Parts: sequence; C-alpha cells; structure tokens
Amino acid sequence: MNNYKAFVTIRLRDGILDVQGKTVENALHSMAFNSINNIKIGKYVELNVEAESFESAEEIVNQACMQLIANPIIEDYFIDLVESEE
Amino acid sequence: MKFGVVVFPGSNCDHDAFSAVSLNAGYSAQYLWHKDSQIPSDIDAIILPGGFSYGDYLRCGAIARFSPIMKEVVNFADRGGYVIGICNGFQILTESGLLPGVLLRNNSMKFICKDVFLKVENNTSAFTNKLIKGDILRIPVAHGEGNYFAEDDIIQELEDNNRVIFRYASPEGNVDDSTNLNGSINNIAGIINKNGNVLGMMPHPERYSDEILGCNDGINIFHSLANYLK
Repeated sequence: MNNYKAFVTIRLRDGILDVQGKTVENALHSMAFNSINNIKIGKYVELNVEAESFESAEEIVNQACMQLIANPIIEDYFIDLVESEE
Repeated sequence: MKFGVVVFPGSNCDHDAFSAVSLNAGYSAQYLWHKDSQIPSDIDAIILPGGFSYGDYLRCGAIARFSPIMKEVVNFADRGGYVIGICNGFQILTESGLLPGVLLRNNSMKFICKDVFLKVENNTSAFTNKLIKGDILRIPVAHGEGNYFAEDDIIQELEDNNRVIFRYASPEGNVDDSTNLNGSINNIAGIINKNGNVLGMMPHPERYSDEILGCNDGINIFHSLANYLK
C-alpha cells in the first residue's frame, strides 16, 4: 500500500448564485477595493488516502467527492493528488 | 395512524413535529434514533424534522443522508412508505436523492424567520387532500438555505406533473417575484416525488398546528395523510 495526499477544491458551478462571494464583494467595494470583482467562494478539503496505486487512490477520492464531499448538481470539484510520506 | 419522527444530532424541530402529530392531530407517534437500523413495522409515515443535522457541516443534510436510519428511510420510501421532510428534512431528502434538486443559500443572503403565505397548488396528493386548491396557508419559515434549485428539465417535469405542492404567495394568493421569499425557482416551497409518497417543504407546518399558537393552518397536512391512509 502507498500513501497519497489529496487536495480537493470545490466550487459552485457557473450560473449558481454565490451569495457568500457576493457578500464579500459588496464588503470589499464598501472598503474601496473597487477593482475587485466576480468573487467566488468555494471549499477546500485535504485528505490522506492509502491505495495500491496512484490511479486507485484517484478513484477512491473521486468516489468520495461524488458521493459526499461535493454535490454534483451545484458543485464542480478538482482533485490534486500527490504521493505522500505520511 | 402512526408517525415516526427521526432524531438526528442537531434536529431541533423533532419535539414540535412529535407534538403536532400526537397532541394536536391525535395520532400515535414514536421517535426514531438516527443510529437505528430498522423502522418498526407499525410506522405508517416518517417525518424528517427541521434543525441543523450534523451542524449543517459540508452542506445542509449531506451527512445526515448517510446516517444508518436514512438507509432504512430510503428503503421505506422505495416500498411506498410515506415520508415528510420539513426544512432540514427537505434538505436531507434532496441530498439522499428521494427528491430532486437542491436547496441553495437564500438569495437575500439572510436567514429568514417569519410567517409566510403558501398557495396550495395540488390538493390531490396524499399530503394535501384535506386542503382546497388555491387556498392560502399561513406557515412559518426559518431557514438560511431554502432557495430551491434544479435543472430546467427537472423543473419542467415537476410542473408538468403537478408535483409542485406549495408556492410562496401573497396573502391574496398572488405568486410573483415580490412574494418569492428566498429565490426559489417558480416560488417553489414544497414538492412531491414521482410516486407521490415523499413530500419536502421548507415551511414548518408543525409549528402552526395548534390554535393556541395563533394558527393551525399546518395541521391539515398531517390530517390529509391520515385520511389518505385510512
């Protein structure tokens, strides 16, 4: 078994209203950061996974994302996987 | 008629739901613990109550969906058992796939806690047969994520098959953007599944099930189901 570390970024799909992003954007504009626009706020999940190979680790994390970590109706996710010493 | 009321860690409307169906409506009721892995055979209908199950961590309802009792609730519904999800219960139903779509953050960016008016769009369902089509119910809401969203084809299917049960309306029954509480597509406040045995709604009928609380517009949802199962 090998150890891998996954960094998962989850973001709302385009077209889904991001009220957190909008609120932060409004606050920044009220602070005179008028050059900042189009703020999107997502989630970041870090996890360790044991697997036979890089491919099977990727598949395990992908399944975890599809079933629980993200909701594919409204969210996209991106997995960055690396070998880990942990 | 016996209701089972599921208790998740973080449920906070379980006692209200229990009281509404037992003390107020006069039926039997029993709590079902989230770790239970079976549903007693004498349960006719299950209520997933409001609250903040598992702290609303990750997404509302996302973790509750994988609790042991939910596997049984899904089996129960698949066998034709009747399920009502209220507020967080509705969110759990969408996460578990028993109902389509998802509840997004309110478009006002605010947690909304107030009485709203619901237009009854379908009174032929198991949950609304004691109501009158077009009637207006006064029912409270209390949610931060009640903005119903689904893909266009799902919305079309819901509309074409009269599966939208309640819409946010004015006291006079007007349904438009000015009465759209939270950004829900087509003012949707409550829907049923394809087979008509699962209802999800954001407003809280159990909180208005007793005259002493100033309104009992919610109680006929429970009476409807009992009437249907009679």
